[in-house]
Order: sequence, then C-alpha cells, then structure tokens
Amino acid sequence: MSDSRQKLWLTILAWTIALLVFFPIFWMALTSFKTETEAISTPPSLFFVPTLDNFTEVFARSNYARFVWNSIAVSFGSTLLALAFAVPAAYAMAFFPTKRTPSILLWMLSTKMMPPVGVLIPIYLLFKNLSLLDTVTGLLIIYTLINLPIVVWMLYTYFKDVPGEILEAGRVDGAKPMQELFLLLIPLAVPGIASTGLLSVILSWNEAFWSLNLASSNGAPLTAFIASFSSPQGLFWAKLSAASLMAIAPILIVGWMSQRQLVSGLTFGAVK
Amino acid sequence: MTTLAPTHPATKPARKNREVDTRPLLWPSIAVLFLWMIVPLAMTLYFSVIRYNLLSPDLTGFVGLENYAFLFDDPALWTSLWNTLVLVGSVLIITVVFGTLFAVLYNQEFPGRGVARLLVIAPFFVMPTVSALVWKNMMMHPVYGLIAWLQSLLGIQPTDWFSNYPMLAVIIIIAWQWVPFAFLILLTAIQSLDTEQKEAARIDGAGPLAMFFYITLPHLSRAISVVIMIETIFLLTIFAEIYVTTAGGPGTATTNLAWLIYSVGLLQFDVGYASAGGIIAVVLANIVAIFLVRTVSRNLQQA
Amino acid sequence: MKLSTLATWVTVSLSSIAAAQATTTVTIGTVNNGDMIIMQKLSSEFEKQNPDIKLDWVVLEENVLRQRITTDIATKSGQFDVATVGIYEVPIWAKQGWLKPLENLPADYDESDLLKTVREGLSYEGKLYAAPFYAESSMLFYRTDLFQKAGLSMPEQPTWENVKEWAAKLTDKAGDVYGICLRGKPGWGENMAFLSSMINTYGGQWFDMKWQPTIDTPEWKAAIGDYVELLNKYGPPGAAANGFNETLTLFANGKCAMWVDATVAAGLLYNPKESKVADKVGFAQAPIAKTPKGSHWLWSWTLAIPLSSDAQEAAQKFVLWATSKSYIQLVGEKDGWTSVPPGTRTSTYENPKYTEVAPFAKPVLEAIETANPTDQTLNPRPYIGIQYVGIPEFQAIGTQVGQSIAAVLSGQMPLEQALKSAQASAARTMRQAGYGK
Repeated sequence: MSDSRQKLWLTILAWTIALLVFFPIFWMALTSFKTETEAISTPPSLFFVPTLDNFTEVFARSNYARFVWNSIAVSFGSTLLALAFAVPAAYAMAFFPTKRTPSILLWMLSTKMMPPVGVLIPIYLLFKNLSLLDTVTGLLIIYTLINLPIVVWMLYTYFKDVPGEILEAGRVDGAKPMQELFLLLIPLAVPGIASTGLLSVILSWNEAFWSLNLASSNGAPLTAFIASFSSPQGLFWAKLSAASLMAIAPILIVGWMSQRQLVSGLTFGAVK
Repeated sequence: MTTLAPTHPATKPARKNREVDTRPLLWPSIAVLFLWMIVPLAMTLYFSVIRYNLLSPDLTGFVGLENYAFLFDDPALWTSLWNTLVLVGSVLIITVVFGTLFAVLYNQEFPGRGVARLLVIAPFFVMPTVSALVWKNMMMHPVYGLIAWLQSLLGIQPTDWFSNYPMLAVIIIIAWQWVPFAFLILLTAIQSLDTEQKEAARIDGAGPLAMFFYITLPHLSRAISVVIMIETIFLLTIFAEIYVTTAGGPGTATTNLAWLIYSVGLLQFDVGYASAGGIIAVVLANIVAIFLVRTVSRNLQQA
Repeated sequence: MKLSTLATWVTVSLSSIAAAQATTTVTIGTVNNGDMIIMQKLSSEFEKQNPDIKLDWVVLEENVLRQRITTDIATKSGQFDVATVGIYEVPIWAKQGWLKPLENLPADYDESDLLKTVREGLSYEGKLYAAPFYAESSMLFYRTDLFQKAGLSMPEQPTWENVKEWAAKLTDKAGDVYGICLRGKPGWGENMAFLSSMINTYGGQWFDMKWQPTIDTPEWKAAIGDYVELLNKYGPPGAAANGFNETLTLFANGKCAMWVDATVAAGLLYNPKESKVADKVGFAQAPIAKTPKGSHWLWSWTLAIPLSSDAQEAAQKFVLWATSKSYIQLVGEKDGWTSVPPGTRTSTYENPKYTEVAPFAKPVLEAIETANPTDQTLNPRPYIGIQYVGIPEFQAIGTQVGQSIAAVLSGQMPLEQALKSAQASAARTMRQAGYGK
C-alpha cells in the first residue's frame, strides 16, 4: 500500500468515527428544527423545512435568560472559589510535601466517592435552616465543595511538573511563600490553572442532582430548565431537542474554543 | 511526575530543609472539605439509627441497627453492589480501550484533524441528562429510534434496548460520554511521546503494531492510570443516566448503589433506611479509594 | 473569589429588585402536562387582574416535581406557595397538617359544582384541602377504522376476554400496528395505577383486612398473567419503558388498535394538532373481568397550598382562579373547548359548547361519577383508593412491585417468582412501618 493510499484510508476511518461519535448531538440539533410529527416519523425525515417554532415555544414557556445566568454564575463562581482555595493548598503540598501529603490527597478524593443521594436530606435540612435553598449562593457553595478535591489534585500534579529550579532562580531573597506563589508560580502555571478551571466549569455546568434538588426557580440553572421539557404529555421530542440544544450550546462552544488548552493542560501529572 | 510520592529529593532539594509554615495555605481547603464531609456524615449516621420517614412524621424513635438489618436483608442491596461493579468495570474498560485507539488515530496527520477532534470530544460537554434523553428517545427507542430504523432496513427485528439489554444500554450511554474524556487525556499524553524515540524504533524495523505495544502503550500507562482513577470517582456515583433511562429497572437490572439509596430515600422518603445505605456507600467509597489510589499511585511511581 | 462574590451580589440584588416591585411573589410548582402548560400561558390574565401578585413558575416533569414538592412540604421549607398534588397525597398530607384547608370560599366559586367523587376525595374530616385542577377516570380507547376493517364491534362494556380476542385479530406487526398498548413503565403512578384497576376487576386487592399484602394470590396471578401475555404477544416493542405519555404518543401516531388508560387522553387524541388518528378514535368503559368494582380509577391533579407558604392569601387567590368556572370559560375561548380541564365541574358537562365538540364528555363523566374509591374491590379491604392505597407507605410498595412486574414483562424474571418477591418486600415494608402489630 502506498503512503498516500494509506493516508486516504486513515482519513476516511478517522472522519467516519468522528461523525459517528458526534452523530447523536447532530441529530438532536437537527430535530430541534423539525416539527413534532417530523421528529418522530419513521423513516426519519432528512429533508424538511426548518422551523424555529420549537425555540419560540421554549422561550415563551420559560425564563431562559435566568437559567443561563444562573448556570454561568454558579459554574464560573464555584470554579473561581475552588481555585482560590485550591491553588495555595496545591502549592503547599507540591513544594513543601510532608509525610502526610499523600494521605491528605487521598482523603480529599475520597470525599467525592460518596453518592450525593446519601446526604441529600441532611444538606436539604441544613440549607433550609441557613435559607440557602433555591439560591445561587447555595449551589455555588455545593459545587465549590464537590469540585475542590479534583481541582486540588489536578493543580498539585501540575505544580509538581514545574521545575523547582525556575522558582529557585527567580526567588527574591527572603520571599514569603505567598509572594513566591503569586509572583512566580501562578504566572508559570497559567495553562494548568486554566485547564483545571475549565474542567471544573464543565463539571459544574452539567451537574444535575444537587441543582435539581436544592433549587427550583430563583437559583435554578439549566438542568432544571431541561427537566421542565422532558417527557411531558403529547409529542415533545422537537421541543426537548430545542431546549437541550439551548442548554448545551454555551458549554459546547466554550469547550470547543478551549480544546487546545484542554489538550495541553489535562495532564494530571501523567505526562513526561 | 510522581503523583503521590511523599518526597521529591531529585528536583526539590533546597526546599526540603527550608522552614516554611504552609498551614495557612493548606488549611482552608482541608477545613472546608472536612466540614463538608463530617457534618452530613454525622447527620447521616444519626439518621441511620432512628426511625425517620418524611411521610410519616409521627413514627419516630431510636431503632438501633434495625435500618441496617433491613438493608442487609434486602436482596436489592447485593444486586446493586454487583451492578455498580459491572457498570464501573465495563465503562472503564471501554473508555480506556477506545480512548487509547482514538488517541493513536487522531494523533496522525490527516486533513481536517482539528475539526474531527472537536467532534470526538463533544459528548463530554453534554449534560448527562441530555445525552441520556437523546439516546433513549432518538437512538435506542424500539419504535422511533434510529437504530431500530436501521435494523428494520436490514430486515432485523428492532432491539428493545432498555427491556432486553438494560445494563448494556446504560453502559453504552455512559461510555459514549466518558470515552472523550479518556481520549483527551490520552491524546495529551501521546503528544508528549518523543518523535526521536519513535523514529529510532522505526529504523530498528519495528512495525506499527510493535510500535504500539512496545513504545506507545508503556508510555501511556501512567495516563491510563489517571483516567481510571478520575473516572472511577465519577462512575461510582452515576445517577442521572439511570434516572432518565431505566429508573433502576426492569426489576433491579440497572439498580446501582446510588440508585438504591435514591429509591429508598427519595421515592419512599425513608430517610433512616436511606441513611443506612448512605453509610454503607461511604464505607465502600473509602475501601475503593484506598485500594484504587494505592494501585494507581504505585503504577505512577513505577513509570 | 471576588468575582464570585460579585456574581452572588448581583443575583441577590437583582432578585430583591424584582421582589420590591411586585408586592407578593407566588411560587407555583406544577407538572409539565398539557393542561398545566395552558394554565401557565393564561396566567398572565390573572396577573393583569391582580397587579400586586407576581407568579413564579416551576414546571417540572412529574417524578421530579413529586419528589421536590414532597421534600419541601415534609421539611416545611416553604419554597412553594402553590403545589400541584395528586388526589392520593391530599388526605394523607391534610392529616399530617401540611396543607391549608380551603375555607370560606366565595359564592361565585360554587363549591357544590365540583364533582362529588372528586370533592370527597380531596376532603379530610369534612374540609376541602385542595382544589381539583382536572380529574380523570380510565377507559378503553380503540381505533374505529381498524375495528370496522376487521368486522368487529365494540359493546358498551367490554371484558378482558374480549380484549384478548380482538388484540389477536388486530395485531399487524408488519404494518406497525399493535393490537393493544398498555403502560409498562414501573412506578406506583405508572404501571401500577393501571394494573391495580385491572387486578380489582379480576377480584384481587392490595391488602386484606389485617393489612397483610395479598400479592401472591391467584387473582393477581391471573391479572398479571393476562397483562404480560397481552403485551408480549400483541403489544409494541419496549412496552416496559412506556408510561402514559409514551403510550399516548404511540396511539396518537396510529401504532395501537386499543389502549386502556386515563380519560384525559380523550381530549388529546381528539385534537388533530396532536393526533394523527383524531377522526378514528372510539371509546368504551374500561374492560372488566370478575367484577365491575374498581375497574376504572379516579385520579385528580389538584392545587394545594402548603402551610409552610408565606404567601397563603395570594396563593389561595390563584388556586381559586385556576380552578374556577371562569377559568374553564377562558380556556374554552382561547384554546378551544376540547382543551378545557376535564372532570372537575358539573357545569362543564352541562355546557353545550363543550359537549358539542367533545363526544367523549358523557362517558368520561359517567366513569368519574361511578368510580368509587371506598368500594373498589370484590372483598372487603381496609383502605381507600382504586389504583392506589391511601397510606404513605404505598409509594414505596407500589414502586417496588411495579419494578418486579416490569421485570416479568421484559422477561427478566418469571411471574411466580416476581409476585413472591413482591409479596415479601411489601410485607417487609409494612412490618417496618408498624402495621399488623
């Protein structure tokens, strides 16, 4: 087989797989522009007159702007907050490790393994007493806490890859750890911090258990928006597709735009 | 670099001896996570030994280990533990295998590579609820689904995924979402593979398969460990996909531990019983955490 | 850190501005069913009439909504001022003291116009605790064109024996038409709602007079056996995943020849915008077997006011508006008379505008009026409710049993074993709850 022939096959294979993997999302997007009867017709209708009716109806029935705003506030807010906690912690563990460091990391990660359903009622009661139910603040706190272990761990592994000599060379005599952190390490580690943040934003944006149970209107993000369009009476697939597209589009665009960033930063310390 | 090794003599010698008070840096994180763990845990522990049903507030009182006794008496508990294992295990295998293959494939040069990569990672950005709804209603539906339509074109009886192969269907959906994640990390890792090393191997006459098994795969082993660890954390508590598609059924065919707790706690509102389940889950999570992190970190150190 | 505080601050201040403008905000939690979506659309009329009240809608799918509302009300969190609650919950929650009784209703609300069976189902110790938004019974829907083609005719009161015969004749799998569609999705409000009524008419019931479950009895075996046989032989693929909505979609798209389900489906099936078979739908009373008792159910979605609400007065204003005669009038004018919420008021059924366009009006009314939740089984039983059992534990039991039956339907478990394990788990739950001591 010649080289160009091989390349042709490779291209075909790679594109076929890519299109197959992406197909469900594409199909959902397509369905959102169909009428309800076209959406479920068999054989599936590929040629149709696109309509915006589903989007109009979705907008008419719910306050999309509020849901999006809540999603943005909650996912970006919690990410910033988690980074504020995690950057110093990861720095301390990466550059001043002690015997207990591995156990602390392990323990942090283990807090993520408990099913949230197990503690919903206690948290619900706590939130009720603290007046945090159905608030952006409440979800922000929860998301910060559930993402903190992953964020700490990612940053820790990233920081460990920063050669100590660079910090050494740039260090002003007598610099306090805080100064070293802000003046030397953070500028060096921007790619790692950025991709960690991105991952945390994505995870928060898509979180569906706490958001559905702790918020219903004022503090509810897009996951609650989806829940009002899934499985109602009558035909709903086109409207559901439209709502779904509206819910995932922002994060999909953010994710795609930062794909290069993600690919270079998601090392988890595993690359060398 | 080594992930969980306590010290790092080679790279950070000067730091080791320097007297630095890192407590103000580290403690805020530890404190909030400790609160986040201990407060609900204490409440859950307390609820697990009392009679507490949201729907019958007049039934109260200390019951000792009765909730646990009921739980261990429940055949669904063992099924759910087994299902959790099957679910996590198969999704891990699928995502690692496909993630690796995709990483190798999309690391090659071909026209439109950037766009193709974007398409492959897209499922990771989709909300679990949305992807489960799309798969359930539009792909796997036995009457209107595209798969059923393709099957009928070939003259095959359409598969009724969620009744006949419920676990497989759930695994497919979850794997579809997590393969891109494995792919992202493994692609990052594969890109760092030395081209010189590859050239040298090629000159030595290694074929593509030998290259893959003797050069690429060992190089990826640490990244694979990372994928396994991160995914396990998320897969242990998988919930939304089951909620949307099978609701743990038919029977208990797709009931994992998270769903079992949900069904007693929030469908039956038996907080006491659900709390006992929650405690079991915490114990289990810690066993897995210790086991997993130990193995993974050993692997990380070896490489 | 700063940005997030800023974000919080902006949100908080935005919402407080909104709150300052309108004096009272009423948060309404409701299901995303068609009738409720119309209510949400028309509620701007209410806001126009009551400029001092702002409505905030939380529309969720049924399962999520039920869980949210129950958690909220049982923990007295007060997130909802108006809750959409089923007829099953109303008396139980009224007894717990979680709901505000609807008292001193204005004369133009005309409480006595509410259908008697529904009104009684929503009362506890003589007080009304929720206002019915719509109510339903169950009946048999069938395709008149297919029946005609097969030379069959529908009696006014079919039996399950008839249904079996017809289903065999009408099934045309190559033509994508299934003889019968029934609910299969597990859940006390899904497959068990339908199955409880089928079991009733087969002579079975949930509990005996000592509160012992009677699930592994021959009556259950007969009923469930027929159900499984019907669906497996003549039903659509994937029946175990079909709830009311999914089956409605199947029937509306011409895939089913017969369907036994909620009467509210009539309005939807007759709507040519939603249904491809609008001109070919016939109906009959729900099929019977051994006894006519409990063969068709009684359900109502109602609007109730949690006692934990801090806007009870405004909430009551809204509840009365949305369940009033004038609201029904409003829907009739704006959305067409087939779309008015059925089953709540005698006046609706006396209105010629409705009965003219809704040929199903009379049989629906009859089904609702004859559904008797207190004399619903062949043998005496200690509970009320036709397709449910009016005790808090029923949600748990119904859902567990529903799961077992779904497993039988999809061939994962033999019938005998499923009923035995369902019996055992129901007995366990009842023992734990302290019954039969």
